[in-house]
Amino acid sequence: MDKTNKMFYPARLAKWAVSGPPFIFLLVFFAAPALIMVLASFRYPGEFGGLAPVYPSDPNALHGLTLETYGFFFSDFIYTEIFIKSFMVAFATTLICLAVAYPLALLISRSEKKRRDLMVLLVVLPFASSFLIRIYAWMILLGPQAALSLLVNSILNLFGAGPVQLLFSPFAVLVALVYVHLPFMVLPLYTNLEKHDPALLDAAQDLGANAWQRFWRVTFPLSLPGIFSGSVLVFIPVLGMFAIPELLGGTGDMLIGNLIKEQFLVTRDWPFGSTLSIMLTLMVLACVWLAAKLGGRRRRHE
Amino acid sequence: MNSKRSRRGLALWAGALAAYAFLYLPLLIVIVYSFNDSRLNAEWVGFTWHWYAVLLHDQDMLGAAGNSLLIATVASLSATVLGTMAGIAMHRYGMKVLTFMVMTPVAMPEILLGVSLLLFFIQVLNLTLGMISVMLAHITFSIGFVAVVVRASLGGLDESIFEAARDLGATPWKIFRYITFPLILPAVVAGALMAFTLSLDDFVITFFTAGVGVSTLPLRIYSMIKIAVTPEVNAVSTLLMLLTLTIMIVASRIAPNILRWRA
Repeated sequence: MDKTNKMFYPARLAKWAVSGPPFIFLLVFFAAPALIMVLASFRYPGEFGGLAPVYPSDPNALHGLTLETYGFFFSDFIYTEIFIKSFMVAFATTLICLAVAYPLALLISRSEKKRRDLMVLLVVLPFASSFLIRIYAWMILLGPQAALSLLVNSILNLFGAGPVQLLFSPFAVLVALVYVHLPFMVLPLYTNLEKHDPALLDAAQDLGANAWQRFWRVTFPLSLPGIFSGSVLVFIPVLGMFAIPELLGGTGDMLIGNLIKEQFLVTRDWPFGSTLSIMLTLMVLACVWLAAKLGGRRRRHE
Repeated sequence: MNSKRSRRGLALWAGALAAYAFLYLPLLIVIVYSFNDSRLNAEWVGFTWHWYAVLLHDQDMLGAAGNSLLIATVASLSATVLGTMAGIAMHRYGMKVLTFMVMTPVAMPEILLGVSLLLFFIQVLNLTLGMISVMLAHITFSIGFVAVVVRASLGGLDESIFEAARDLGATPWKIFRYITFPLILPAVVAGALMAFTLSLDDFVITFFTAGVGVSTLPLRIYSMIKIAVTPEVNAVSTLLMLLTLTIMIVASRIAPNILRWRA
């Protein structure tokens, strides 16, 4: 009894010594800025950009809190449209990533054990290049003088169709989005597929299931949790992307990220930029909630 | 039956090879054209070191490289200390609020952290954007990556070691110093290396928190490729890739589980 009492104080001290510094740091540099952004979305824009003071020296100036920016968001359909478009782009990117990643993850998980780590490393290594370098690579590959453009255009020419530009198009944006996010899909899928018990497939085969049935009725349903976590990891970052549409897209390929960037750095309407950020956050939370819900339902079924 | 199975295996291999080609071909082209004796990244003309020489005389680029290395060093060291603490706290005590604050910056679109820090630095701290603001921003998003690796490593340890040490009268500090820390050291080092490369390569969050006062390698690359495609960018990209590649391979040697991501 005496001993546990003596242990109690240092144990509690240790808890706060360990968790205190990261807790305080994140409270200041993550939680507080998030809160400030919520508040900023209810304020008026300043005369020269930024935010108008809540208590200005000139009492006739716009001050206090307002719902104006939220009203503004819904007053013009173009903002809702950009949100819907971003959602669709993110959805398409996720589907294509899944289609490319699945065979790869399946192959890695069914390779010999000693080869797997190397194969996974080969998927992760392109991460060793900066995000911008990976975008730049596609600027070269899709450029008007690059082999790919020449090939596509000579084929189109055979059918009498006019030349197309690959760079600065929705196609370029989608290719780069898939390229940048592919590893996020492969890793969780592989982690899931690797855990499957091969005996299940043998059992299915003994019971007369053909290859397609074995995949569709055994492997695929078991891999759904991996598909969900991979999809979340791809979908969410794509929603907030601005560099890829900006560098590879045309003028009409604006996504939410570009809109937010413009409000903060070009138009300098910070309250509206904050409002857009809050809307994006809500959209992300809704997606995470949905994925958790779908994943949760599956688990109950098993 | 057997030939059918091998044909299926072949199809799987072909698909996987195509996926690997998709991952590597673009980067390979960046590297190859960095040695190309032509201003256009369009066809191979001849071998040259010219673009690397141009790079060495580009004062803006060298300055940006210096800034990037300094920021990455300070940010990764700080994030390693804070992230290791967070990883231990998350593993040992649960701590839902801390876990939420550690994981959310990793999971959210980067632009959200970028703009909220921009608002915070200017509106609340009244800080002039520059080196300090970028470092603070990089620490904020790196903590989560270190914490995840450290927590995964702690999760793989046998709890009975700690019980034995406690029963033998070791204080929490002694347990940490002589048991926990040596066991999680590979994860801590791997986490530090990961934080270093993340900071070195970060574009989005730096873009919002750097202001006009400071340039980093990714920011410099961005402003160059916005104007035109030039082989100098290929050269700097190749060197940057070589550096991060080396760091990542070292990290994966030290802690192979780092590849498991969320193991």
